[in-house]
Amino acid sequence: MIPVYIIIGVVVVLLIIFLAIYNGLVRRRNQVKNSWAQIDVQLKRRYDLIPNLVETAKGYMKHERETLEAVTKARNLAQQLSSAGAGERAKAEGELSSVLSRLLAVVENYPDLKANQNFLALQEELASTENKISFSRQFYNDSVLRYNNQTQMFPSNVVASMTGFKASEFFEVTLAAEREAPKVSFT
Amino acid sequence: MWEQIRSNQIRSVVLTIGMGVLLILIGYFLGLYFFDSAIAGLVIAILVWAVLSLIGYFQGDSILLSMSRAKKINRDDHPRLYNVVEEMKIASGLEKMPDIYIIDDPALNAFATGRDPKRASVAITSGLLQKLNRDELQGVIAHEISHVKNRDVLLMSMCSILLGTIVIIAWYGSRIMIFGSMTGSRRSSSSGGGGQGQIIILIVALVFMILAPIMAQLIYFAISRKREYLADASAALYTRYPEGLASALEKLGASTGQLKSANKATAPMYIVNPFRRKGLKASDLSSTHPPISERIRILRAMAGASFNDYDQAYRHVHQGSTGVIPATSIAAGTVPLATIKPEVGAGEPNEIQRARETSDVMWRLGNYTTITCDCGAKLRVPPSFREPSIRCPHCGRTHQV
Repeated sequence: MIPVYIIIGVVVVLLIIFLAIYNGLVRRRNQVKNSWAQIDVQLKRRYDLIPNLVETAKGYMKHERETLEAVTKARNLAQQLSSAGAGERAKAEGELSSVLSRLLAVVENYPDLKANQNFLALQEELASTENKISFSRQFYNDSVLRYNNQTQMFPSNVVASMTGFKASEFFEVTLAAEREAPKVSFT
Repeated sequence: MWEQIRSNQIRSVVLTIGMGVLLILIGYFLGLYFFDSAIAGLVIAILVWAVLSLIGYFQGDSILLSMSRAKKINRDDHPRLYNVVEEMKIASGLEKMPDIYIIDDPALNAFATGRDPKRASVAITSGLLQKLNRDELQGVIAHEISHVKNRDVLLMSMCSILLGTIVIIAWYGSRIMIFGSMTGSRRSSSSGGGGQGQIIILIVALVFMILAPIMAQLIYFAISRKREYLADASAALYTRYPEGLASALEKLGASTGQLKSANKATAPMYIVNPFRRKGLKASDLSSTHPPISERIRILRAMAGASFNDYDQAYRHVHQGSTGVIPATSIAAGTVPLATIKPEVGAGEPNEIQRARETSDVMWRLGNYTTITCDCGAKLRVPPSFREPSIRCPHCGRTHQV
């Protein structure tokens, strides 16, 4: 009789461990999905801010027509590609980031523009959105790392392969210009 | 990676239990002395503690905020501060945006409160808000958010309540003992315990009453200091830019102002000890915070932004082999530091502009209306002002209120 109890006990313990690992995997995967949505929110916010910024800057920056046009073009392209794959999208967003930082750098030459309260508020919003994009990407990559580790390490990899958990992709920025911008994590 | 702060938590729990034991001992001696029964003393001690804990758990954050006269702000009041907090909320993966408060005080300090990450608040003094640039502000806020994320706030407030209970009971107990034995009306002599044994209990109890609060305080400090290091490490990890926090701490360390609204119980909540005096090096045992200069040196010695790098830097600064970060939370893999500031921050306000901006916010929070006259003067109209229009004292133009 006793061996039967032992076997039942072992099975129950194994089942509990299995469920705990499974739930852990689900939680991690949801966190990855969630943090991806966070990046999306910030990227959309950037699409919304740019037209306002360009409109305000236009009146002051007579000599920067090209830069402003480049920003608008990059924004539209990025928005079009927002439903495309992660790789293509990351490239377009990286391009947008780099033309934006070029624009904000030349603002220094226009003291009138810098005195405009409306522009200053927009600039703060945009600068912060840039930061939020890189922080949400940082958090996304960290979540992916933790999730992927769990799908690859023993014993959770056994559960993961049995129940179909696949490793996620990192959000990598491959553009050279973007690489120069700091506060970016390449986890 | 940074969720596994458990081993540190275990250590803190052990220390907290130590404080609990102190509380029980003090109740035991009190009961033995006053009521001839240890149980009665224990019941009183635990009852006081339970009541204080319940109040602290449910109302602690609002009591703390109202005690420090903090005013809640929203996005429009101070967009930059709001944005920085939101950035750190995203970087730390906090589920809910914390409430933001400003304390109208020229002293430089900040604290976080709230019993769990879903109900958290960050408070910062107006002085600090003026002094810090964006990067430094980010470092400070990251440090505060780490306290929320690591659940330090709950632990520290529960600890401080335990400490408070011990101090209160010991204070009243020892006073009653001293004055009671002087007037001789201490207790009925009918229990007839005999003079000799009674005096021994009196002495032991008295010595213990004096020692217990001190011991409890030392334990409390030990827990608190550990948490500060961990919050610094987390702040570096979130911002990827330890220099921001380091230079903020430098400014904090250079100031001498004491925060008016802080008290001893709330001290560990702040980013730097609100009671420190300049020129007085905080000794290792008697401070809730590690010395600022040391925290700065550790942050500056970091080669990367991970916990591992912080641990290495800590060892380097202390020339020792023991780190502060528990081994379980040191993950493999490197986290690079952010290098230079991007041009995006170029349009940042300088210190004078920040001071104006902050004072505008403070006036507005006090319900004053600000009218900017064409001559450049700013009129602050108090909420009690009832006239329909006001004359500019500088140039004489009239303005509608």
